[in-house]
Amino acid sequence: MITFMNNSDSEEEPCNERTSLMSAESPPVPSYQDGLQASEAGEVQAHRKRRTGRSRSPNNIADGDMSDSGVPVRESALENEEEELTLKYGAKHVIMLFVPVTLCMIVVVATIKSVRFYTEKNGQLIYTPFSEDTPSVGQRLLNSVLNTIIMISVIVVMTVFLVLLYKYRCYKFIHGWLILSSLMLLFLFTYIYLGEVLKTYNVAMDYPTLFLVIWNFGAVGMICIHWKGPLQLQQAYLIMISALMALVFIKYLPEWSAWVILGAISIYDLMAVLCPKGPLRMLVETAQERNEPIFPALIYSSAMMWTVGMAKPDTAARGPSQQMWDAAEDGREDHRSPSHTDSQMSETRSPVPTRPITSFEELEEEERGVKLGLGDFIFYSVLVGKAAATASGDWNTTLACFVAILIGLCLTLLLLAVFKKALPALPISITFGLVFYFSTDNLVRPFMDTLASHQLYI
Amino acid sequence: DPLRIIILIAGAFFWLVSLLLSSLIWFIAVKTSDSGDEPLQKGLLIFGVMLSVLLQEAFRFLYYKLLRKATEGLVALSEDGCSPISIQQMAYVAGVGFGLMSGAFSMINLLADALGPGTVGIHGDSQLYFLTSAFMTMVLIFLHTFWGILFFHGCEHRRWWEITAVIVMHLAVSGSTFCNPLYVGSLVPSYLLMATAAAWAYLLSGGSAQNLRRFLLCK
Repeated sequence: MITFMNNSDSEEEPCNERTSLMSAESPPVPSYQDGLQASEAGEVQAHRKRRTGRSRSPNNIADGDMSDSGVPVRESALENEEEELTLKYGAKHVIMLFVPVTLCMIVVVATIKSVRFYTEKNGQLIYTPFSEDTPSVGQRLLNSVLNTIIMISVIVVMTVFLVLLYKYRCYKFIHGWLILSSLMLLFLFTYIYLGEVLKTYNVAMDYPTLFLVIWNFGAVGMICIHWKGPLQLQQAYLIMISALMALVFIKYLPEWSAWVILGAISIYDLMAVLCPKGPLRMLVETAQERNEPIFPALIYSSAMMWTVGMAKPDTAARGPSQQMWDAAEDGREDHRSPSHTDSQMSETRSPVPTRPITSFEELEEEERGVKLGLGDFIFYSVLVGKAAATASGDWNTTLACFVAILIGLCLTLLLLAVFKKALPALPISITFGLVFYFSTDNLVRPFMDTLASHQLYI
Repeated sequence: DPLRIIILIAGAFFWLVSLLLSSLIWFIAVKTSDSGDEPLQKGLLIFGVMLSVLLQEAFRFLYYKLLRKATEGLVALSEDGCSPISIQQMAYVAGVGFGLMSGAFSMINLLADALGPGTVGIHGDSQLYFLTSAFMTMVLIFLHTFWGILFFHGCEHRRWWEITAVIVMHLAVSGSTFCNPLYVGSLVPSYLLMATAAAWAYLLSGGSAQNLRRFLLCK
C-alpha cells in the first residue's frame, strides 16, 4: 500500500522512519508507538520467518505490511494548498521510490543471471504442494491454480491472525515474531546466498571469515532495522532482505504457479486494502481508534523523520491529521507489504488553520518522504526476476517488465495524490508487468529477433 | 530533476507500447500466412517495419497530447502560474525516452551475446556486425531525441510539414537499414539525416550560429 507518511514522529530515532507511518499519527506517544511498531513488525516477521524456517515458504511475505494509509481528512481550507504541495512533491516521491525499487530489481536480476542456484528446480515449498511436472496442460493449469488457492488462503489466515493479535493487544508476541523473522532472513538466507555466490565465482572462503562476515552483517542489520541506524544503511538492508526474499520465491515457486500467484496477490491486495471488511482496513481503523502507529515493520521509508525542531509545534496540529495516514502495515503474514508508500503530506495537512504553517513548510519539505511496504518490493522483484529467469535468455522481456512496473508505480502514486487515501501498490504494477511479460515474450521477441537477424532498425 | 525522469520513463513506456502493437500485428500477419513463402515473409517484414515506424510516431503524438494535458494540470496547480517544466524540455526528454528504449531493445541482446564465446560472422556474414549495430543504435538514439524536439515543436505551432518531415525521416532511416549489410547505404544517410535534424532542432530551440560561435570560443 502506498500511504503518505508524516514526519511528526520525528523525535524518535531514525528507526522511526519505519514507524513513521504510525508515529506520524500519534506523535505524543513515541516510545509506546515504537514498541508497538516493533512488536508488530516482530510479529509479522517472526511469523514470516517461521514459515521460512520450515520450508523456505514464500509466506515470508506474511510480513508484508499492508500499510493502509488511512483516508486523510482534509480541511477544506487547506485542501488546495495541500494538493498543490502534494503534486509538487509527488514527482520527488516517485523518484524516491524508483531508486530503491530499481536497485532491488537490479540485485535480483543480476543474481538470477549469474548464480545458477536460483534457477535450478530443487523442490517446492509446502505452500505449493502440487507439482507442475504433469504431462497435460490442463492438469498443470489446475495444479497451479490449486497452489495459488492454498498460498492465498495461508496469507489470508496469517493476516487475519495478525489483525486479531493486534486487536487484542498482543504486542510482545508480534514483536517477538518480527524479530525472529528478520533474524532468520538476515542470517540464514544471507548465508545461503553468500555460499552460492562464492560457489559461482569459485572463490574459497574459510569458515571463520564467513562467520565473521555473516555475524557482522546480520547483527548490524538487526540493529538498523529494529532499532536505530543511519537512514541509508537501513534502506540498504531493507532492499537486501527484499531481494533475498524475492530470490527465495523465484527459486521455490513453480513457473505457472508463480504467475498465477502474482495475479491473485494483486487482486487480494486490492480487496484487502479497499474493501470495508478487508483485514488491512480493519487493522488501520483499529490503529486509528487507538491513536497508535500501525505495524512499522518492513516498510521502506525514504526520508528521515523530522526531529525535534519541527515536531513540537507541529505535533499538536499534525496529530489528528496524521491519524488518517495510518499505514497499516500488513497484518498479513504475507511478507509483501502491500505497497504502502506514504508520501509525506505537506505541512499544510495539519488541520489547524490558526497556526501559521508557511514558515514551517520549507523545513518540512525536505523531511518528507515516502514509504512503500517491503512486500511490494518483493513482488515486483519476483516478477522481474521470473522474467529474467524464464524468458529464454531474452533481456528485452526483463527490460519491458521493469519499465512496466515503474510506470505502474508512477500511476499508483498519481492516484494516491489524487485520492489521498491508502492504496494498494501491487495491482496496477503487477498487471502491467504481467501483460508486458507475456506479450513481450510471445509477440515482441520473434519480431525483434527477426529484425536483428536482418540487422533492420525500427 | 524528478519530473524529467518520470517523463523519460513514460516516454520509454509509450515507445514500448507502440512496439507491442506493431509486433502484435506483424505476428498475426505472419501466423496467418504461408511461412514457406520467402518473398511473402520478406514483404511482411517490410510491412512490419513501416507499420512500426508509423505507430511509433502515432504514439509520439499521443504522448504529446498527454504531456500537454499534464502541463495544463501543473500550471493550474503551481503557485506562480507557470509550469515547472517547459514543453521544449518535455520534448527533449520525451525524445530521449523514446531513443533510450529503442536503443536498449536493439542493443541489449547483442551485448549479452557479445559476452559469450563466439566468432562474429563465422557463417559468412559481415564481421563488423557488432560495430555497425553500435553505430546504428547510437544514431537512432540521437535521431529520436531530435525528432522529439521537432515533432513537439510542430505540434505546438501547428506546422504539419514539420511533423511529416519527422515521419518521412524516420521511414527513410528505417528503410535505409534494409541495405544492410551494405553499411555505406544505411550508416551514411542516417548520419547525414542526424546532422540535419540536429541543426534543425538546435535552430528551433533558440540556438543560432552566433550562440554556437560564442560557445566554441568560450565567451
